[in-house]
Amino acid sequence: MKLAYWPGCVSRGFTTELHGSMAIAAERLGIELVELDRANCCGAGIIAEHNQELADTLNARTFALAQQTGLAMMNICSTCQGAQSECQQRLDADSAYRAHVNEVLSGEGLAYEKGKDGWTNKNFLWVLVEDYGLDKLAEKVVRPLSGLRVGPFYGCYVVRPKERLGYDEFPERDLYLEKVIETLGGEVVEYDGARKCCGFPVITMNRETSLRQAGTHVGDAIDAGADCLVTPCPLCHLNLDMQQPEAAKVVNRDLGLAVLHLPQLVALALGAEPKELGMSKHIASTGWVEDKLSAVPA
Amino acid sequence: MATYTLKVRRYQPESGKSPYWEEFDVDLDPSLSVLDGLLQAKDRDDGSLSVRCSCRAAICGSCGMKINGQSGLGCKTQIGEAHAAANRRGGTNGAAAPILIEPMGNMPVIKDLITDMESTHWTKIRRVTPWLLPHGEAPEREYVVEPESMIDITQSMACIQCGACVSSCLSMEADPDFIGPAALAKAYRFVGDPRDAETKERLHDLAHDPHGIYDCTHCFSCIDACPKGVAPMDQIMRLRRKAAEEGVDDDPNNGANHVNAFVKMIEKKGTNDEALLLQETYAPGVKGKLKPTKGAIKGLLGSLPVAIRGIKTGKMRSLPKLIPGVHPKLPGGAQDEVKAIYEHTEEHREEFNLYIRGEEDVEPEPDETKMEETA
Repeated sequence: MKLAYWPGCVSRGFTTELHGSMAIAAERLGIELVELDRANCCGAGIIAEHNQELADTLNARTFALAQQTGLAMMNICSTCQGAQSECQQRLDADSAYRAHVNEVLSGEGLAYEKGKDGWTNKNFLWVLVEDYGLDKLAEKVVRPLSGLRVGPFYGCYVVRPKERLGYDEFPERDLYLEKVIETLGGEVVEYDGARKCCGFPVITMNRETSLRQAGTHVGDAIDAGADCLVTPCPLCHLNLDMQQPEAAKVVNRDLGLAVLHLPQLVALALGAEPKELGMSKHIASTGWVEDKLSAVPA
Repeated sequence: MATYTLKVRRYQPESGKSPYWEEFDVDLDPSLSVLDGLLQAKDRDDGSLSVRCSCRAAICGSCGMKINGQSGLGCKTQIGEAHAAANRRGGTNGAAAPILIEPMGNMPVIKDLITDMESTHWTKIRRVTPWLLPHGEAPEREYVVEPESMIDITQSMACIQCGACVSSCLSMEADPDFIGPAALAKAYRFVGDPRDAETKERLHDLAHDPHGIYDCTHCFSCIDACPKGVAPMDQIMRLRRKAAEEGVDDDPNNGANHVNAFVKMIEKKGTNDEALLLQETYAPGVKGKLKPTKGAIKGLLGSLPVAIRGIKTGKMRSLPKLIPGVHPKLPGGAQDEVKAIYEHTEEHREEFNLYIRGEEDVEPEPDETKMEETA
C-alpha cells in the first residue's frame, strides 16, 4: 500500500512523537508514505471562520498536490480530516465553484479534480480499518496488548457531522477505535467522553471551559478503570496530555492518565519500543502502560 | 410489526423518588416513530408517563429528547432505526439492547421527558434581542426588502425552537452560561437581516460576552442534533466572520486576535508556527506587545507552566517551538503559491452555503464535455 501523506502541522510541532511514530507504524505495517512537504495547513476550521473561499482554495491545493502523485491521501489528525472534508464537500458540490478555485491553482500547474480515479482523503484510523483491513492488522501483531485497558478518544472532527464525513457509506466509523484496540489485543474501556470534545479549540478564548472538558473526560476514563487513552487527533492530545496538569486544577482532582497517539498504540503491538515512539515526551507519564507491556518475543 | 423495548429515564417529582429507569415493551411497525412508541406505552401501561408533543411531524418542536444519547425529535426518529442504533455493538448476553430514552440535556427536568425550556432555552433566546432593530421612521406600511437579500438568513429561520441543539451542546456542558447554539443561530437571523440597523452593536455584544460566539468549541454536536438543517455551529462561524468584516476585532476573549493571528501566520509560513500563534493571539502586533492587555499577560503567564513541562520532557526542546517566527516557510517557492491564493481569495471572499445552493444534480461526464468542445 502506497499513500500520499499529509502529516499536518501539529505532528511536526508540539507532538513530533506522533510524526515519528507514524513513520515507524507505517514501516511495520508495510505502508509506503509519500509525504506532501509542499502542502499547507488545513486551516483547522479557523481560516474558514475568516474567509471560506481561502480555506477551500488552500485545501484544494493540498488535494491537488496529492492527486498529482496518483495516490489516495492519508492524514493523521482528526482536525485535518474534518477541516479538509468540510472544504471538499463544498468543492465537490459545484463544478463552477471548483473551476473558480482551480483558476488560482493553475499558476502552480495544479487542479483539484472531483472523484479522480476514486481519490479519497482518509484519516489513518479509517485507512487502517477500511483499506488495510483488521485481519491483516491482526496478523502483524507480535505483542498483543493483553491486559491493557484503553479508552478511545476520537476527536469531534472524525465523528460529526455524520452526513459530511461519509457515515452513509461507512456507518461504523465512530466504532473503529474500539475495533482497532480489540484487534491489537487490548481491552476497550467504556466511558462517557469517547466522542465528546477535548475542549482544545477554545483554550485561548475560554481556558476554563476548555480545560473542564479535558479534565472531565480524563477523569471519567480513570474512574472507568482505563490504563490510557488513545486518540487519532494531535489537537486532542494537546489538551488531554500537554494540558492535563492544568486541567486537573480546573476539575479539582488528581489525574495522571497516559494519552497515546493512535500510531503509537499500533506500533507498540507491532513490536516497537516505547522509547523509539517518543513516549517519554508526553506530559502524563506513560510508565504505567509500559509496565503492562509484555516483552516482544525474540 | 415488531416488539421494541424502550428504556425510559423517569422522574416523578411528586413521588419524592430520585430519577430511575423503567422499561416498556411496545408493538409497532419499524417505520413508526419513537414518539409513537412512547404514546403507546403511556396508553397501555402507564398514563403518568410524561412527554411533550403536538404535531408529530417535526414542525412544532415539542418532543425534543435524547434517543440512545443522541439529541433529536421523538417524532422524527423511526423506532426501527433507533433499535438498530441501540444494537450497533450487539446486545448484551444474547438479548437485544433496549432503546435508551432520556430527557434533553443542559436543562432542568420537570417530569420524565419534560424539561424546563424557560430557564435555559428561552432565557438564552431573549438574551440575543430576538427582534428587529431598524433605525429611522417606520414606513407607513410594511418594510419592503428584495427577496434575494433575505436568502442568506433562511437557514437560521428554519429553526423550530425544539432545543435539541441546546441539549447536545458540549460547550454548554462545561459552561452553562454559554449563550449556546439555538440563541446564536437566532442572533444570526437578525445580524443577517438587511432591515436591522444594529448589526455592529449586536456583533460587538456577542463577541465581547465571555460566553458568546467565541465560547463555541467547534464540536459539531448541534449540527447533527438539529432536525431542520439549521446547522447552528455554521451560523456561529458566520457571526465570527461577520464580526471581523464589521471591524469588531477587540474582544477581550482573544477570539478575533486568534483568528487574525492564525490567518496571517499561514500566509507567512504555510504551516502552524505554534509559538508565533500563541504570542500573536495574546499580544498581537507591535501595539499588543508595547501595551499588553491584562488578559494577554494572564494568558501568556498561564502558558508558562505548560511550556516549562514541555521543555522538561523534550516536547518543546527546540528553537522553532520556543521562539516565535523561527519556524520555516514552505519549501521551494510553495510559500509564494500560498500567498497567491491569499491575494486572490481575499478579494472575493466567496461564501458557498450548501443549504442555500444545494448540490449539483448531475455533472456532465468529462468526456462528453470534451466532445462538445471538439464539436
